[in-house]
Parts: sequence; structure tokens; C-alpha cells
Amino acid sequence: MTAMLLLDQLRFNSQLFLRHRVRTGLLLLAVGLGVASVILLTSLGEGARRYVDREFSALGNQLLIILPGRKETTGGAPPIYGTAPRDLTLEDAQALERIPAVRAVAPVIAGTASVALSSRSREVIVLGTTAAIFQVRKMNVAQGEVLPARARSEAMAVCVLGSKLKNELFGNRRAIGEWVRVGDRRMRVIGVLEERGESLGLDLRDMIIVPVRTAEQMFNTPGLFRVLMELDGNADFKRAEDRVKAIIRERHEGDDDITLISQDSMLAAFNNILTTLTLAIAAIAAISLLVAGILIMNISLISVSQRRKEIGLLKALGGSSRQVRQLFLGESLLLVSLGSVAGIVVAWVVVNVLARLWPVFPLAPPWWSIPAAVGTALLSGLIFSLIPARRAAALDPVLAMRGQDQ
Amino acid sequence: MIELDGINKTYQVGEFPLRALQDVSITINAGEYLSVMGPSGSGKSTLLNMVGLLDRPDSGRYSLDGNATETLGEEARARLRADYIGFIFQAFHLINRLTTLENVELPMMLAGIGPKQRRQSALDVLEQVGLAERASHRPNQLSGGQLQRVAIARAIVMKPRILLADEPTGNLDQASGHEVVDVLENLNREGITLLVVTHDMALGKRARRRIRMVDGRIEKDTDDSDAATGSTAL
Repeated sequence: MTAMLLLDQLRFNSQLFLRHRVRTGLLLLAVGLGVASVILLTSLGEGARRYVDREFSALGNQLLIILPGRKETTGGAPPIYGTAPRDLTLEDAQALERIPAVRAVAPVIAGTASVALSSRSREVIVLGTTAAIFQVRKMNVAQGEVLPARARSEAMAVCVLGSKLKNELFGNRRAIGEWVRVGDRRMRVIGVLEERGESLGLDLRDMIIVPVRTAEQMFNTPGLFRVLMELDGNADFKRAEDRVKAIIRERHEGDDDITLISQDSMLAAFNNILTTLTLAIAAIAAISLLVAGILIMNISLISVSQRRKEIGLLKALGGSSRQVRQLFLGESLLLVSLGSVAGIVVAWVVVNVLARLWPVFPLAPPWWSIPAAVGTALLSGLIFSLIPARRAAALDPVLAMRGQDQ
Repeated sequence: MIELDGINKTYQVGEFPLRALQDVSITINAGEYLSVMGPSGSGKSTLLNMVGLLDRPDSGRYSLDGNATETLGEEARARLRADYIGFIFQAFHLINRLTTLENVELPMMLAGIGPKQRRQSALDVLEQVGLAERASHRPNQLSGGQLQRVAIARAIVMKPRILLADEPTGNLDQASGHEVVDVLENLNREGITLLVVTHDMALGKRARRRIRMVDGRIEKDTDDSDAATGSTAL
């Protein structure tokens, strides 16, 4: 007979909320904003993760990237003396084409050069590569054609322009067949890339693609920046990697001086980073819930001192200290619950509106964000109302009803 | 029913200790009508709070209906309070946001009694104090006398055996005061033990047993009825 019915407690607290509408509204707002911000910010993080995920998938998951030099990704500081690895050469890349599971090999030499047409000039990234790059990176030309097969082994004076570069130089005029100056060489424009925007951090619109031999001469280096490979759809990645290593080891006098990056491992790394980032964002957003908790504490303390007489009365009417404590804790928890529901609704609406306005970005809350937000809100509400509730429970009923301090 | 034995209570008021109760011993039987009078600070309210288990003595023994209360914890004291004692205050102490009915139901709500039974009991006692038709009003729509009668209804809704009234007519005009006293005396006639603390000589004299307190001591204990030893049957 000592416990108050839950329903009665809810009703008692609700009547209190109705009585103090402004105060209740403000607290609901604080909790709601906190919960909504946790959900929204984690949705952004999760959206970023999904975006990256999708970008990688768009590349096809059969991508294998070879970097010159051995890079330990398992940790540890880089060596003080830069190991001078053997260059990864065009011949190495061509040797890799012998692997049966390999569908295409695109060697890449990268550098920057100014590209000029009469008086207009622009400093852009130059990719020296072969026709295979178009297949591996899923790129297409909007006009003209891709690099010819001969560009694999000949330093042809031809180039493919990124769409933005083409516009900067030619405007609306036709670029195919025209000559541009790249560094100190003249090259004929044979194609213009399709507009696709950024891919893996490289602005495809603002660059120029030239035959790999041409780039080799321009930048005076036999070393490749990297080699991109596309494997057969059902190829065994592990085996292909082993073959790649074996071939390079053979050609590099037994040195294992390359780094292989598969798309899976890159994706895993990105996923890791973005998940961590999302968690960090969530933690930052949770601070707003902490603030809401402190607000609840302050307002509860005021409420306790305003309701001293009532608390004293409840005790005189047979209410125990525990009941009074429960009433005050219950009040906070009810408030936090209502605020959480409001926050979830707000977050849901905002996520849906943003998703409609910005369909490219896959905005969505991760599964854990709602329970985490509500859990943090409840915990914060509970912890911060412990002090007011204990203060209320400890009130001396006689003094409280007389309206005196203890 | 109520046995106080050698109760002492000292408050710290500023730097000086105030001896509110000094070695007070008193036995009150079931069904008695008792008034406690005395000047301000004589300890009469403290005595009332002591009997009502709202205050703890520094020393001495208090047994309520055979239950030794000194060693009880807060929870057990709250339970005894709910079962045995109804309080009536000078300032009514009704909760403004609740209706008359809800105010009267409050002790039963705290005791965890279901809404249906609660409502019936509350309506019954409101009927008893003549305010059944005011059940859905809020305190700010009632007069002082009505407020105190609602408070009485609240005090008796749990069917306590003891009614403790601290200056029940102190905030009322004479007519309202009479109404309230009538209600209280009717309850006493029906068997409830009534203990009234008051300054009001006229009210105090109505009680069959009158206690006069000075400086925390019982100075005088007059009993009109020889049936003071009356029933302690429970």
C-alpha cells in the first residue's frame, strides 16, 4: 500500500506540467533539441559513410591499386631515412597484364602542368595513363574518343580534357581536333570527359589525360605514381594480390617494395574513420543533453523550493520520503520522455525534408542513434534530478509547511 | 491510544537552544476531545507534530496504538501517519491546481488505492462535510470555511482514528469557524480522537479535556468527563 500507482503519478505530474506550461515547454524544448541534434548529427555522419560507400561501389569492387614503396599501414612511425624504393615502371605494369584474372591495367603518372590555348592558360593535374584508365575508373568521354591503344607504348601528342578545363579554354567552341599547349608540348585534343564531378578526391572535371609515355617524358620520370588494376568479376582477390607481389618481387630482385590497396580495404578504412567520426559527433551532440540535464536540475531545484509547502503536505498526508523522491524523479523522467519523443519527431521531419531537398546525400540516422540519444537524455535527466529529488525528500514537513527554511 | 512518556525536544533558534518540549508525558485515549492552549512558543504545535509523527523527540517514548515509534524508520512512520492520523492546518494547505475531489483523494492516491474506490470514498467524505456539490471546483473558487471543510474531508478520507487540528479556525471568520467546529465535533461524536491546538479560548473551552502549556511543559490538564479512561479498544 505504500507505492503510488504509476498512472496516478503520471497524472499528478501531468497536472503539474499543465500548471507550469512555460517552464515545461522550455524544458521540453531543451531536451527535444538535444535529442534531435544527436539524431540529426549522427544522421549526417552516417550519411557521409553511406555516401563514400556508394562512391566506392560505383567504381566497381574489383579495383586493386598498387603504390610504389612498402607502406606499413599497421602502425608505427615512418622510418626516418626515407627508403628509396625502386620505381614502379611501365614495364612492371605491362608485366602484370599477364595475370589471368586481370581484366585491365592502367599505369598512372601524375603531375601538374599548365595547359594553354593562345592566351588562356590553366594549371591542372596531368594524368599520364593508357586507355585502360577509362575502363578501370569507369570514365567516359562526352565528345571525341578515349586514348588510342597505341598510347600504351608511344609518346603520342594527344590529350583528353576534363569538362571544366575544356570550358575554361574553349568555352562553347568545339575542342576536338584543336591543339593545346601542355607544359612545353603541343597536343591535339581527341576527347572531352563526361561531366561526373569528384571521384575519390580527384576533380575529374579539371584535369587532362595524356598518354603515359608522354607524361614520362614531360615529367622526366620512369616511375609510376600508381597502377590501377581491374580484376575479373569472380577473381580471387587474395590470389591475384599474391601473383602481383610475386611478379613485382621477381622484377625487383626479390624486394617486396610495393603496397597493394584493394577497394575492400580502402572501404573498410573509410568506414572505420567515418564511424568513429559519427560517434565523435554524437558525443559532441550529447553535450547538449548534458546541458538539458543541468537545466532540469536547476529548474527542479527552483520547483522544490517553490513547492515546499506541497511537499510538506504530501508527507503529512502519509507520503514517505521515498514517495516524494520518486515523484520528483518521475517528473523529470516523464519530462525527458516527452522531450525525447518531440525530438525524435523533429529529427524525423528534418531528415525527411533534407533527404528530399538533397537526394544525392543518403541522410539517415544510424540504428543506434535514437536509443543512444534517448538513453543519454534519460540518464542525464535522472542523474541531474537526483539532487533536487533528494532535497525534496529530505524536507522537514513541519518547517516546509510553515514556509520556513530548514 | 496515544502515550507520550518523558518527551524532550530542543530546537536551535539562532544561537540559543529553545526547549520546545520539556519532559512531557501524556496519555490520550481513543475518542477523546482534547484542546491544547498556551501562549506562542509554549510548545503546543510541537506537541501536535510530535503526536502526528511529523517530528521526532530528542528523548522520551511515544507509543501510538501500541506501536513504539521512536525506533521506526521514515517509511514506517509515514505508513503509521497514513493509517492513524489526519491533519488539519490553519492555512488549509490545499493544492490549487487540483480540484476539490482530487485534493480529498490525495492521501488515498499516496497510499496507492485505485481510482474507483478513491473517488467513492472522497465523495462520501465530501458529503459528510456538506460539499459534495463542490467536488469539481478548484480551491480558488471556494470560501475559507469551505476550504477548511475540504481539508477536513481530506483528513478523514483514510478513516484515521486521530484528527490533529492546528488552529483550524485561525484563518476564518466567526460563522465559518462555527461550521468547521461543528464538523469536527460531529466527527468526534462518531468516535474519532480529536486534538485541537488553538489560541481561541472559546474554541478551547469546548473540549472535554483541556491542556494548558507554558514553556514546553504541561501546566494544567483538566478533564470534564470522568470517562477519561474510556475505551482503548481498537
